[in-house]
Amino acid sequence: MASRLPGQRISTRKSAPVTLLLIAVALIYLLLFLGLPLVAVFANALGKGWGLYWEALKEPDAWSAIGLTFIAAAIAVPANLAFGIAASWAVARFEFRGKSLLVTLIDLPFAVSPVVSGLIYVLLFGAQGWFGPWLQAHDIKLIFAVPGIVLATIFVTLPFIARELIPLMQAQGREEEEAAVSLGASGWQTFRRVTLPNIKWGLLYGVILCNARAMGEFGAVSVVSGHIRGMTNTLPLHVEILYNEYNFVAAFAVASLLALLALVTLVAKSLVEWRARRSGEPLQGAH
Amino acid sequence: MSITVENLNKHFGAYKALDDINLAVNSGELIALLGPSGCGKTSLLRIIGGLEVADSGKLLFHGEDGAQHDARERNVGFVFQHYALFRHMTVFENVAFGLRVKPRGQRPNEAEISRRVHELLNLVQLDWLHDRYPAQLSGGQRQRIALARALAVEPKILLLDEPFGALDAQVRKELRRWLRRLHDELRITSIFVTHDQEEALEVADRVVVMNKGRIEQTGTPDEVYTAPATPFVYRFIGNVNLFHSRDHAPWTNEYADAIAYVRPHDIDISASPQDGTALPVEVRLVRRVGSVVRVDVAVNGSSEFIEIEMSRERFDAAPMANGNRVYILPRRLHVFEKGVKNELSAA
Repeated sequence: MASRLPGQRISTRKSAPVTLLLIAVALIYLLLFLGLPLVAVFANALGKGWGLYWEALKEPDAWSAIGLTFIAAAIAVPANLAFGIAASWAVARFEFRGKSLLVTLIDLPFAVSPVVSGLIYVLLFGAQGWFGPWLQAHDIKLIFAVPGIVLATIFVTLPFIARELIPLMQAQGREEEEAAVSLGASGWQTFRRVTLPNIKWGLLYGVILCNARAMGEFGAVSVVSGHIRGMTNTLPLHVEILYNEYNFVAAFAVASLLALLALVTLVAKSLVEWRARRSGEPLQGAH
Repeated sequence: MSITVENLNKHFGAYKALDDINLAVNSGELIALLGPSGCGKTSLLRIIGGLEVADSGKLLFHGEDGAQHDARERNVGFVFQHYALFRHMTVFENVAFGLRVKPRGQRPNEAEISRRVHELLNLVQLDWLHDRYPAQLSGGQRQRIALARALAVEPKILLLDEPFGALDAQVRKELRRWLRRLHDELRITSIFVTHDQEEALEVADRVVVMNKGRIEQTGTPDEVYTAPATPFVYRFIGNVNLFHSRDHAPWTNEYADAIAYVRPHDIDISASPQDGTALPVEVRLVRRVGSVVRVDVAVNGSSEFIEIEMSRERFDAAPMANGNRVYILPRRLHVFEKGVKNELSAA
């Protein structure tokens, strides 16, 4: 190293062979468990040529699954965005009874298996569930229908945005907001001009992760969906059905869409992390 | 604008932050709220600014009830200890904020905003930093920008919460003088909170000494220093020697159980007893500190030091060394007994 001080001891430098070995182990591990499967997805999808690939994606059931996935994410992400901002504002800015209970509850979807959270909705709203008869009497169908899928998606993606914002807003404190109010700003002006700009990268980061999970969720959605082709299938469920029918090309073609989504998410996430670092806004959950 | 506080109380849970506070601030005055941390001074400031609500009591602005207006409507400029500048805005936008959030009808146009902001930045002598972000400024610069931002809405009252608390000693002294000059120029009714007695005495027109949620004394810097109302004020402002009536009965006079408070510079030393009440002591340590000489003496056999301060000239006129036996006599002392204040002259 050119910048090394003359008096600096060689022994403080890391050993080159060990460094190389560690990097090699990490790379091989990543290649085996992440790179190879990713390549396999695209290889299998395109194995029989572009024609069959397009056929599999153009199929109406596939289109319907794509549509439903987008609908579920389009409802779940804004819902959790609103909830996440409200909850983290409450937790970071105010003292109230049951605050730690609220924080624990926000973490619940992370702690519970997605299949269990799906089952909870079946037990609540299914035909034999608590509210089942009432829902049937009013001709409302939640389970084995789109609303159930949206509910399950909201549940499993609930913590992402709140978890990101709570430590961020706690670290920033409330002095800037107090300064804004004392300068005559209304509640909305304070939120839009002071609070929101201060958390915008954390917010975007949470939205990206929340969206990725909303589109990729399998377990909870699988329980409440009923797997009706062209009706209640999301992308991950559609992949499973195609695969179980030995329609491998189509299964991998649809899976490649989810893989692409993952890649886009990774790029977006890195971009946000980079911008946040530059703006000096600490991303608590960034890893 | 004058401020009147009447019988104000504030609790945080079981903790009594403010206990029956009464205070009158005249229009155009610069007041210091002085006290140790946790004495309630910041709570009082935040209640006046509308950032906190009192449990009971009255708050009047120019004789008008202030409780019906929240922080937004009070037209109070607030300066925070840690500046609270908007980190994602430039210095210019920070100062312009108060003008931009005004209701559409009162909002000045862009040219007027620009003129006002540059005028304020010139006032705090930092116009050259207008396109920087807060993170690029030093602590002293940030606090001056925070002040400019507070002044932009032309407040009737300026509240400063430990404004120099986070700055180093040199910058602190500079800003102190600068704030005093600025106040003399603008004459906005101002209250600042500090735990630094030197800062309070140097800057303020009047000092309000607080302790444990109560006001101990309100007075000019000279009054609180020369005529402290309570033992707490005596100890908190300046150094002091304590003489208990058990050991030094002549100094506490007729009081059975009392303590005499004497400032280090109010004690005379001489080689022979001046009168019957003089106390024989031994010189233990002589220190020359800048323009003054500090002499620590102790009564025979005691390990408690009595601190005496005098000018170099006076010390040199009658120099002494460690181990010398001398007599001390207070020129001025206060005797406190069960909260009763009495001033006695030893002359």
